[in-house]
Amino acid sequence: MTTYLGMPTAPKGVGHLRAAEPFPVAARRALADTQLRRNLAIATGTIRAKRAAVVAELPDWEELRSAGQAAKAGAMRHLDRYLEQLETQVTARGGTVHWASDAVAANRIVTDLVAATGSREVVKVKSMVTDEIGLNEALAAAGITAHETDLAELIVQLGHDRPSHILVPAIHRNRAEIREIFLREMADADQALTDEPAALAEAARLYLRRRFLAARVGISGANFAIAQTGTLCVVESEGNGRMCLTLPDTLITVMGIEKVLPSWPDLAVFLQLLPRSSTGERMNPYTSMWTGVTPGDGPQQFHLVLLDNGRTAALADETGRQALHCIRCSACLNVCPVYERVGGHAYGSVYPGPIGAVLSPQLTGVEENASLPYASSLCGACYEACPVKIDIPSVLVHLRARHVGEARRERRLPRAEAIAMAAASWVMTEPRRYSAAQRSGRLGRPLGRRGRIGQLPPPLAAWARARDSPVPPAQTFRQWWRDEHGRSS
Amino acid sequence: MSARGEILARIRAALADGGEPALPASVRPVSPRPATTGPGPAPDSTGASTGPASTGTRFRTRGNLAPGPLLDLLAERLADYRALVRRAAPAELGAAAVAALAERGARRIVVPPGIDRAALPDGIEIVTDDGLSAHDLDGFDGVVTGAAVAIAETGTIVLDGSPDQGRRVITLVPDYHLCIVHAAQVVELVPEAISALAAAADRPLTWISGPSATSDIELKRVEGVHGPRTLEVILVGP
Repeated sequence: MTTYLGMPTAPKGVGHLRAAEPFPVAARRALADTQLRRNLAIATGTIRAKRAAVVAELPDWEELRSAGQAAKAGAMRHLDRYLEQLETQVTARGGTVHWASDAVAANRIVTDLVAATGSREVVKVKSMVTDEIGLNEALAAAGITAHETDLAELIVQLGHDRPSHILVPAIHRNRAEIREIFLREMADADQALTDEPAALAEAARLYLRRRFLAARVGISGANFAIAQTGTLCVVESEGNGRMCLTLPDTLITVMGIEKVLPSWPDLAVFLQLLPRSSTGERMNPYTSMWTGVTPGDGPQQFHLVLLDNGRTAALADETGRQALHCIRCSACLNVCPVYERVGGHAYGSVYPGPIGAVLSPQLTGVEENASLPYASSLCGACYEACPVKIDIPSVLVHLRARHVGEARRERRLPRAEAIAMAAASWVMTEPRRYSAAQRSGRLGRPLGRRGRIGQLPPPLAAWARARDSPVPPAQTFRQWWRDEHGRSS
Repeated sequence: MSARGEILARIRAALADGGEPALPASVRPVSPRPATTGPGPAPDSTGASTGPASTGTRFRTRGNLAPGPLLDLLAERLADYRALVRRAAPAELGAAAVAALAERGARRIVVPPGIDRAALPDGIEIVTDDGLSAHDLDGFDGVVTGAAVAIAETGTIVLDGSPDQGRRVITLVPDYHLCIVHAAQVVELVPEAISALAAAADRPLTWISGPSATSDIELKRVEGVHGPRTLEVILVGP
């Protein structure tokens, strides 16, 4: 079953998949930021209500979820053939297909393609995958400026910040902060700019419009690709996507290999699941689909870059591979009690929240994001919200087991956890020891305040840093039973 | 080995255990396959979404609204996402278009080559797109097009680049889009739209649901960012 061993993962030193520090350290800092927590609570509360309303409108929502799950499972089952079919169709319609084993290769391919056009600037549609591989940094190193055109990505880029949410990368910023960023970074910003969302959107429109009209190269990701006809699909709201996909002479689309769908009927399912799960809309304002090059309409040069970057390593894990079904809707972030409190930056990866906690460690190798599978209370809200029924809690538990297994193989155990488990086993296999241990547990009562114990001495300190423990009862169950029923029973 | 060969080999190695089990036919997406110039059936009949329509499906692939309520639903859903909606009988189409453009104050509009100009008003400048640049298009007050399909449940109109809809750019750069939708083009559900678009499957498609919008600031929806800030739809029907 452990066929994932040895499959190449996303390389180090490039892109944004690895946390610089363990999740608990980053989470503690995030929790101390009351403004952040307030911004997140408002935003996730809003989106949860919108999603619930539009999901409730559909009588066949659960059937659509099942269909989405089935379609993705079918696509993964024959991924090699669907990718070959996609390549054949795109090529037949005038596009060029490139294959990139990892982030380094993809960045080099895209940089070379842009350089070949002679353009020093590109306009970008919001794309998770180009953020994953650190494409903007790679382009900058080659002297090419990438302009993010999605409003939230623009806020992040101008704020010299990192995205913190899959759908709304600037979800951690409120309107007053965004106004300050625009006034500081937009050279021709109107100093009378208010913090009304409509005014801020208008400022972004003016700032980006001349860049769109002058753009010669556009870069996008893809939400879906249809193997049957070689059609690419990008789902968006603002029209910045249409601008980038339509106005430039050259379009470069970077796509994770797991985005391919077999055929058009699959798309009918996902175009219902994605908008309702993502923005809580019946349909997003704009969806663009294109197939290769259309003479006289849109970019006349089209390049499709198919990226692995650890996806095949995930595909090899029979429990973890379902994480590749993700359609990046972000519904699991919005319902997650952990995400709502710590925000996206604490996860360290461009993929935050519950799905990030199962995806990032698989792309990088579990040992390089070892704290992420523990960044969950396993409450299961993510599973219920997922439009393609990814069983995130099960994958989290599986990845924890992989982490422990890999640590053991490298003889980094026993740690406190293993010692505690061994001790518990010794105590619990002998009734007399168990009884004695329960009685001694009462000694902990003076540590408690209001029924909780917050801190414990070593070796229990590590456990107690992130958890309160209940104060032990004054009487053990065995003592109570003896008092109630006498020694005869 | 080439990157292509390497990735395909990794995939095959990863799937050596057979991959995920195929799910029962009852949950697969099986709405009728579009007849396209693409290849035949998907590689494996055990894979998802390749079963014949006769295997049945539990999610809806056919609407059940009568024509009147269907148009009402489309009008309601378009308006809910801040599109302007006018209803017109076929004989009133011209008058509706004249009224819409007049209310807008549009004096100079662009149209695709295949639009029925009989429906358009006299007295304003109407330019047929013959490859205008984005800068040229920025100078128009609006654009008038037809549509390929409209989806009532989601309040969506779909353009497929036919002669009455034109190049994608003409409905993108001008700030006002007037779109004429005929009752016969309206379907109830997304799967019906996908089926109806089969013949256009390799043309550029633009699905439009209301004017351009963003929810990127505190998840408050704001209409009007980069695409046309005003979308107006004339629904032509009984």
